[in-house]
Amino acid sequence: MIEPIKPPRRKNPLLRTRLPASPPRPRSRMSHGFTRAAAEGRFMLQRCEACGTFAYPAREACPSCLSAGLAFVDAPRRGVLLAETTARVPSDVYFRERAPWRIGLIKMDCGPMIVAHLHADCAEGAAVSMSLQLDKSGQAVAFARPERETPNMADDKQWREMTADPKFRRVLVTNGRSVIGQEAVTALKAAGAKTVFVGIAEPWRPFAGEERLRGQDGIEIVTLDAADEKSATDLAADIGGKVDILVNTTEYVRPGGLLDRRGTSIARDEIDQAYLGFINLAQAFGPAMRMRGADGINSSAAWVNILSVYALANWPAFGAYSASQAACLSLSHCLRAELRPGGVRVMNLFTGPVDTEWFQTVPPPKVAPRAIAQAIVSGLKDGLEEMYVGDIAEEIRQRLAANPKALERELDR
Amino acid sequence: MQSKSLLELASAISSGAVRVVDLTFTLSPDFPVIVLPPEFGQAAPVRIQEISRYDGRGPAWYWNNVTFGEHTGTHFDAPIHWFTGKNLPNNAVDTMPAKDMIAPACVIDCSAQAAQDPDFLLTVPIVEAWEARHGRIPERNWVLLRTDWSKKGWRDYSNLGDDGAHTPGPNPAVMKWLVEERGVIGFGTETIGTDAGQAGHFEPPYPAHHFLHGAGRYGLQCLCNLDQLPATGAVIVASPLKIQNGSGSPLRVIALMSST
Repeated sequence: MIEPIKPPRRKNPLLRTRLPASPPRPRSRMSHGFTRAAAEGRFMLQRCEACGTFAYPAREACPSCLSAGLAFVDAPRRGVLLAETTARVPSDVYFRERAPWRIGLIKMDCGPMIVAHLHADCAEGAAVSMSLQLDKSGQAVAFARPERETPNMADDKQWREMTADPKFRRVLVTNGRSVIGQEAVTALKAAGAKTVFVGIAEPWRPFAGEERLRGQDGIEIVTLDAADEKSATDLAADIGGKVDILVNTTEYVRPGGLLDRRGTSIARDEIDQAYLGFINLAQAFGPAMRMRGADGINSSAAWVNILSVYALANWPAFGAYSASQAACLSLSHCLRAELRPGGVRVMNLFTGPVDTEWFQTVPPPKVAPRAIAQAIVSGLKDGLEEMYVGDIAEEIRQRLAANPKALERELDR
Repeated sequence: MQSKSLLELASAISSGAVRVVDLTFTLSPDFPVIVLPPEFGQAAPVRIQEISRYDGRGPAWYWNNVTFGEHTGTHFDAPIHWFTGKNLPNNAVDTMPAKDMIAPACVIDCSAQAAQDPDFLLTVPIVEAWEARHGRIPERNWVLLRTDWSKKGWRDYSNLGDDGAHTPGPNPAVMKWLVEERGVIGFGTETIGTDAGQAGHFEPPYPAHHFLHGAGRYGLQCLCNLDQLPATGAVIVASPLKIQNGSGSPLRVIALMSST
């Protein structure tokens, strides 16, 4: 049984902040099939297309029939813990600092044996539910949890290394003017965040929901115009060392593509808000987050971007906006690599049109802002890297994977 | 005029006998800008991006790249800004006569009324009452509307409600009258815009813009320190950036006044 984690005490200023160490990084190219699955929270194994055998670890050929047709497919998660061991003095710096560390050998119902990190409530001989998680190196590892929910399950020390649970963490929601931003604040607070800082640009402009935000404990309204370099830097000077999770809720949606717009001023605004805003936030908050990746219960843990799924495939009706989102997507991969040494994960949420005024004339289905907020929390709790929120986002992803040209033609109408 | 008196002016400025009052807000990213419905093109906000600051990007020097819309901060409106002035000659900031950049000002203090009513409107009778005390407004003078609005915090300064901004300004009749009957060179305010916050609902809409620019006159807005100026006798120096075909520009506005 897990002892619930306690709210962290204030830092002792006499002690050096523990610097992040990373678990072993190297993987074979084939193994990144697991990385992809882990990023999306799926449990996938290779399965032989010829004989149906599930294989683990990643292989080039089927261990049973030597067929080369080993595709990653969603696999049943259930297994039984055969044996466990506790590493007390590992030689690896990352694990040594976190020892004792439990690992175990699991016999999967679907066949293979997997060596996995163990949740503390896993008992020998009992059933476990297996998942693929991204560790602090951003690499996929197998993780076994009890098949059924146990008390304080998410507070397990090893599990918390694999996730970015908002519990007791301090979160910056960069734009609290939008409905998405405000829903995110509510959801993160409900998930146990100690403090949610809410960025408000141009505080002289009133906005809906302001009174409700101001009235709540643990919610601090701060002035932040992400598109303004100085504003981002000034806020980071105040709270940069206390931002454990940054949720980038920048939202600047304008319809139109190229030919039916005149000039570049709207495009400039799109770039200013979305792309340069991203850079300003990253430069202001990223370095401290990267440094604080192992700073106890409330270590820095994650950076969340909310992106349009049309970052992946241009939707000409919102063509210039799509392009600005594509730029942000590319930037997010850069940020992910740069935050990696700190063990800080970058989670991208892809959404279709959201139920807000800028998509007013777009027919449903549209994503409810609350669904985005809930996805942020569940993604952080599960330690995900990619999420597709809503039917449209999921559909675009699938169609893109199936035939990018077909998708391009079909979005063009 | 003899060059001697110009030199006397310079030495009076130097000695402090002529006071120089800065009527300008600092041009900064957090200064409110005009709010238009979001489907319209928007004034780019002020952005200041460091090029280098005695660091690896430039070891011995500090400088910035600056971007902003023509109508941000304390700024000047040229006749070309409004449709009524679009066909006038020399109607842009680069072509307007340089001599128009220096002119005396009449300051009408309506701070008491504006404190009572954010939608306070300047009217002809108010100006006539002012003239009864201070004399007729001479031609080619600025008329500056003092409301003490510049002393407010930014939220009260922009004072946006769900029905638009509520800030003081002139009514249509007084604008037409000042332009046609008094021949003012321009009209200046402390608020965002020479027009009142609700002026879009006036007839004609935005009368200050409509009448001033239609007659080739100018606007100044987001002024401060008007409370330091005398009702008459101050001289305004307002020289906008020479932007090619520019409709206006942020600028440094100063007033010269006798210190006695």
